[in-house]
Amino acid sequence: MATVTTPTPWFLRRPKAKKGIWSWVTTVDHKRIGILYGYTAFIFFILGGLEALLIRAQLATPEAQVVSADLYNQLFTTHGVTMIFLVVMPLGAAFFNYFIPLMIGARDVAFPRLNALSYWLFLFGGLFLYSSWLLGGAPDGGWFGYAPLTTGAEFLPGDHRLDFYALGIQILGVASIVASVNFIVTILNMRAPGMKLLKMPVFIWMSLVVNFLLLFAMPVIAVALFFMTFDRTFEALFFDPTGGGDPILWQHLFWLFGHPEVYILILPAMGIVSEILPTFSRKPLFGYSFVVFSGAAIGFMGWGVWAHHMFTVGLGPAANAAFAVSTMFIAVPTGVKIFNWMATMAGGSLQFKTPMLFAVGFIAMFIIGGLSGVTHSIVPHDAQQQDTYYIVAHFHYVLFGGAIIGLFGGLYYWFPKIYGRLMDERLGKIHFWMMLIGFNMTFGPFHILGLKGMPRRYYTYQAGLGWEMWNMLSTIGAFLIAASTLVFMHNWMKSKRKGEIAGPDPWDGRTLEWSIPSPPPEYNFAEIPTVTERDDFWHRKYKEDKKGRPVPVPTGGADAEDEQHAEVAHDEGHGIHMPSPSYYPLVAALGMPVMAYAVVLQSWTLGVIGGIIALAGFYGWVLEPATAEDH
Amino acid sequence: MNRLGIRAQTKVKYILRLVALGSALVLSACISEDAPMNYLYPEGPQAIQADRLWDVTFGIAAVVFFLVEGALIYILFKYREGKANAAPKQLHGHTKLELLWTAIPAVILTGIAFMTVPVIFEQAREPKGAVQIEVVGHQWWWEYKYDNGVVTANELHIPTGRPILLDLRSADVIHSFWIPKLAGKQDVVPGRINHLTISATEPGEYLGQCAEYCGLSHANMRAKAYAHDPADFDRWVQEQLAAAPADDASVAAGRDLFLTGTFAGGQQCVSCHTVKGTAAAGIIGPNLTHLASRDRFAGEMFELNDENLRRWLADPPARKPGSKMPDLNLTDQQINDLTAYLLSLE
Repeated sequence: MATVTTPTPWFLRRPKAKKGIWSWVTTVDHKRIGILYGYTAFIFFILGGLEALLIRAQLATPEAQVVSADLYNQLFTTHGVTMIFLVVMPLGAAFFNYFIPLMIGARDVAFPRLNALSYWLFLFGGLFLYSSWLLGGAPDGGWFGYAPLTTGAEFLPGDHRLDFYALGIQILGVASIVASVNFIVTILNMRAPGMKLLKMPVFIWMSLVVNFLLLFAMPVIAVALFFMTFDRTFEALFFDPTGGGDPILWQHLFWLFGHPEVYILILPAMGIVSEILPTFSRKPLFGYSFVVFSGAAIGFMGWGVWAHHMFTVGLGPAANAAFAVSTMFIAVPTGVKIFNWMATMAGGSLQFKTPMLFAVGFIAMFIIGGLSGVTHSIVPHDAQQQDTYYIVAHFHYVLFGGAIIGLFGGLYYWFPKIYGRLMDERLGKIHFWMMLIGFNMTFGPFHILGLKGMPRRYYTYQAGLGWEMWNMLSTIGAFLIAASTLVFMHNWMKSKRKGEIAGPDPWDGRTLEWSIPSPPPEYNFAEIPTVTERDDFWHRKYKEDKKGRPVPVPTGGADAEDEQHAEVAHDEGHGIHMPSPSYYPLVAALGMPVMAYAVVLQSWTLGVIGGIIALAGFYGWVLEPATAEDH
Repeated sequence: MNRLGIRAQTKVKYILRLVALGSALVLSACISEDAPMNYLYPEGPQAIQADRLWDVTFGIAAVVFFLVEGALIYILFKYREGKANAAPKQLHGHTKLELLWTAIPAVILTGIAFMTVPVIFEQAREPKGAVQIEVVGHQWWWEYKYDNGVVTANELHIPTGRPILLDLRSADVIHSFWIPKLAGKQDVVPGRINHLTISATEPGEYLGQCAEYCGLSHANMRAKAYAHDPADFDRWVQEQLAAAPADDASVAAGRDLFLTGTFAGGQQCVSCHTVKGTAAAGIIGPNLTHLASRDRFAGEMFELNDENLRRWLADPPARKPGSKMPDLNLTDQQINDLTAYLLSLE
């Protein structure tokens, strides 16, 4: 066919597989990438959970010898790094990927190939990090990696463990930055006509805040990690006090990233809960603008509280007082959200389907985490709490009771959209109650252990300090959580095959994703919707009577409206141009771990090979034709 | 619907009972049971001052907890799906109400801030008439150096009734010095000197431990403070100032081995340890001049007695993961001699 133009060389032709493994490897469809993100993150959730079980097995009894000190330190470090960077962040990204375009009425994200690059970088970063287990041991410096413990070769066992930490998180950071640019542009530029910023679903708002936080926070940790790599590999002295460096510099950089990171982890779940509650209360979100602006306020204030992780470092009373006050006041926008969610439910008609249970569980647990958070801000007493299990209790209530429970809610809520079938309600409820009880049994005792002076990151402890019973209880709880996760997995696999057919709108939903078939066609919207209201889809279904009660719009009317729209649409999606798949995001991403191994092994050859792979990936990316050739 | 309602009602009652039972359990466990590291039962003035802030803040948090969780449960029960509320009023918000529940937490937190900030400054002030002690964190033991020349390890002896100003330094990585009954913790950071004021009103023993992750044996870096009446403290100082006896014939073999022996890998005792009054002047490991006056050793891991010391000398890294003291491949005879000598250092 190519008589006029030169034929595209074989290596630049765009792949065409629609089914099978190659269609997944080369996909640029945001929904498929979302699914890849979700499954990969869930596998890491299982790995991080197994690490947690080993930790709990070791701590169940005093002076136990289930694992060695060395293995224990690797386990708690990897558990933290896994749950933060390989589970909660990518699970958030899975939801962003799948649902941002669907909820704003777009056909894909702004940069589909960039989206694929983010996923592959995330996968390779995670695999690189986990390969350390086979190559001399996993990182053992804690997820916070304080220098000089982590930068001086003589302080920890193993030669390269912390190189895997520094370079692995570096790769994951690039994945996050790339994704954040993509999502910000998508949200700002690709909303359906009429969807003004203040008509966006709250989940989209929280996604926007999170991605701005990522965009600004990840470069901070990137700098810190480069310093660490330089200290370790090239004997730089950024953090080495014996050479004029300052170990506290690492802490400032780490927490300047680390605190916004906390909001990166929790805001997606808050967005999900803000979608689930109105749907199952049959009432709009109470005080939309308060919730949105408090979310944005958290995004800003989150940058001004980092030193509350450093109250015992010796920054002096002025700094400690300032950060104590800013920390206290970040509780205000958080509290506002909780009250608004409760007011959303008050006066509603609450339907306790599984997603709703998880949303309510989120609120109930987050209240506890929020309150213990306030007690950390009283600096003189934080000097007691710091680095004890009381802190561990707090952040598990926020990140597990909050983020993970909220994200599970999202999985139950949107499963019917993704697979076109409903998840089993009975199994869902069993999962919820087992997980909630297991969670409180595991992490509730941590409060008491912490107040009784049990420090974190201890591979063993003595008998006789009043810690035995609570540790045992916690370990039993941990295994209950594990069992509940098995129930969830069983439900997921079973419902995917045999679940009740969901139809496009099983929950009587409010937002645009429920207006299209389940699962959505590749192009999402046969015709781009025009938005007139907040919760636009709900307003197409219901009008309010004089008392403000919803009245179904006569179906004829809705149909007429649909027909009107249908006239504008050309031919039900045929001829809608979708971005072509590509090999090159994968190739470009592959260069990164190769270069990272080059630093670990100090091999120039490997470094050059990795560089060539990455470069080839980017050249191919630029030079490949915009679309597949038609035959 | 009615049956559903009753079921939901019993469920809610059940949950309420569970919550009440749970919190009662938690509170009783916290309140009624003291333990050596439990900082809710403070004994030093600094810890008591911090604890007062906690009492108020925790009290407020507990009230808020019951109010908010109670309201949540009430809402879940009252507005559950039913025929009467199938089509609920579409309320979009209520600005005044929202401003109110923004303002209330802000007011409460302002109160907590006003209560906290003065204490932060007060606790940072340098005390007058303090006993000054230098604390050095090592992987994984504590070294104490007194102005009067006493050097000891892990067991910190202090007089009661006087503030003790600790100058905290680190020999390697970041540690955190913490005796919960006496005061909050303070990080020990290489390259800088941090300060911590502690004091005890009553004589007694107060447990402590390193609170900042510092490597393999972080869990084995314990400390203990011994508070003495001033007279007892002075007596202790005098004992510690004395040099070790260098002429005890019954332990001559062990002493010779300690001072001149060379073991596996060319290691010598004296290259790491000091025994005042002898040629041993190493500064890497703990000062052993009055080792036998201590209750425990190796970062307070083991009670100091003949059996434990033998087991330690046989293979230190096997007893304490990562121990900087290597396995010296000592013979049984050497272990006997060294143990006898070390236990004579009173």
